[in-house]
Amino acid sequence: MSTTAEKPAAPDSEPGAAGRTTAGKGHAGAGRPPGKARKVRRLTRRDKLVLAIMVGLPTLIQLLLVWLPTLFSIALSFTRWNGLDIKDIKAAGTDNYRFVVQDYPPFWPAMQHNILWLVFLALIATPLGLLLAVLLDQKIRGSKIYQSIFFTPVMLSLALIGIIWQLFYNRDSGLLNYLLGTAGTPRAVDWFGDSNVNIWAAMVAATWRHAGYVMILYLAGLKGVDPSLREAASIDGANAVQTFFRVVFPAMRPVNIVIVVITIIESLRAFDIVYVINRGTNGLELISALVIQNLIGEGQVIGVGSSLAVILLVISLIPIVFYLSRTFGKESKA
Amino acid sequence: MSTLANPVPRTAAAVGVSRNRGKRHYGTHIFLTVMAVMWLIPLGWSLYTALRPKADTDKFGYFSLGGTFNFDNFIQAWTQGGFSKYLLNSVLITVPSVLLTLFFASMMAFAVSRVSWKFNITLLIMFTAGNLLPPQVLAAPLFEMFKHITLPYSFSDSGNLLNTYISVIAVDTAFQIGFCTFVLSNYMKALSSDLTEAALVDGAGIWRQYWNIILPLCRPALAALGTLEVIFIYNDFFWPLLFIQSGNRLPITTAINNLQGEFLSNYNLLAAGATITVIPTLIIYLVLQRQFVAGLTLGSSKG
Repeated sequence: MSTTAEKPAAPDSEPGAAGRTTAGKGHAGAGRPPGKARKVRRLTRRDKLVLAIMVGLPTLIQLLLVWLPTLFSIALSFTRWNGLDIKDIKAAGTDNYRFVVQDYPPFWPAMQHNILWLVFLALIATPLGLLLAVLLDQKIRGSKIYQSIFFTPVMLSLALIGIIWQLFYNRDSGLLNYLLGTAGTPRAVDWFGDSNVNIWAAMVAATWRHAGYVMILYLAGLKGVDPSLREAASIDGANAVQTFFRVVFPAMRPVNIVIVVITIIESLRAFDIVYVINRGTNGLELISALVIQNLIGEGQVIGVGSSLAVILLVISLIPIVFYLSRTFGKESKA
Repeated sequence: MSTLANPVPRTAAAVGVSRNRGKRHYGTHIFLTVMAVMWLIPLGWSLYTALRPKADTDKFGYFSLGGTFNFDNFIQAWTQGGFSKYLLNSVLITVPSVLLTLFFASMMAFAVSRVSWKFNITLLIMFTAGNLLPPQVLAAPLFEMFKHITLPYSFSDSGNLLNTYISVIAVDTAFQIGFCTFVLSNYMKALSSDLTEAALVDGAGIWRQYWNIILPLCRPALAALGTLEVIFIYNDFFWPLLFIQSGNRLPITTAINNLQGEFLSNYNLLAAGATITVIPTLIIYLVLQRQFVAGLTLGSSKG
């Protein structure tokens, strides 16, 4: 889970401008005052060495522990391997993919659950967070207290959220069945155990966290909306609802983009909560959990696990590329 | 509300002002109070269950007000449940990870934002994208890589990188560098160039510009990111699950999953464990709330 900034200031990446310190980069529109020539100084050899280390070390870590494994995952997905000896790796062509798509029972349910998860977060959790933000933005009394309450779950790990809701959802000792008046009767529902309802129960628990997250981001976004926009709208006779949907909401475009990307990525990354409940089985299958089920435990099927990982990767690249092109697009066109 | 420079019709001004003062917001308060109560139920229920001895809940039932309330479950979880050990493991993993992440990310951010050269955007894109990948995509290769790196047994009892804190620290750091680099580079771009110009005239090298001039100016961003990263890494469930096999080496967030099996029928103890796990994050939040929220929103608003 990470938020990232929208529209960093455009750097002056001139081709061949290597090895100069820049004399400042104004934000778009805040150019250098005319007449002030750009200070250019060749870097000394020592500076170049220092820079090489400053760039080299983090890049090496990133390549070794993030991008190289990504490529390995793609490679392993076309092999058959038990994980014991490097020599045992056998080429398998596209067998793993064919197996996953055709003969692996949990695959399509997991796909459906991932899509359901995304739809639920997008249509329930996100609008709820936006509603809370809009209500709390009106400078009402106790706004800070409300904010803290809605924000508390955002600080918890999804694994812990799984445990906490387990206590709430439990069939015999959970509060929910008691509140519904079904506790101790045969009609009591085992919310996380019953494969017909557990995906919904898990999504409600995930919403508990996601809505607060969205709320905080939108509160920041609402503060950034120029008040004169609202005034202009009210002068034009727009009512509060029209003002919000026609003026304020579109003005928060950068935040909207971030929230769209976060919501998609969070639903692809959903793993901890279902793993804590039942390892992602019995109605809680998600692609991420299937990857791990094939890597850990009996009969390690690394090829199958990797092909599931690659499917997850390909789907994830859609929001990632969308986000990167929004964020860096203006610069790479230079 | 900002006042407009040109005179506006009084009615419009009144409309603008009444948005915040005239109304009492009764409906809003009722709605928010109901939501807030619903929001507090899960944590409140955990705390309530944790404060009651198991004997009492067995006798009166979980949905009762009777019996005594004490901290026995917390003490038991802390001593017999091994929570003191798990919390220490969390500290041993989180602190180095956050420090390393901020150190590497700030170096990288300095290089891509204060010095112009050919590949800085390419690298920044690579770093940002790396942070957005689902961790499960990297699981198998990382596990196998660590398994096949042989180490002396004096250094690691598994004979390889598995089951060591280092494996978790390394991957957590690698995964978080991207996000921090991105945020810090935006922050550094916004700093005036005159700051380093003066240093240049004095003949300060790159390292001095970074360490003595830029880094101190980034303190607010570093504080916000540091707070955020502490919470992220403390909450990380997946990497320890993958790399660490010995139960007594797990950080608290992953360990609580194993306790589910141990405390299967003792929900009071499990609730106490969950509450103990929440406490450090709550303390950080209460003390550093501003930094934490700033860290979350640094990214989404214009850097």
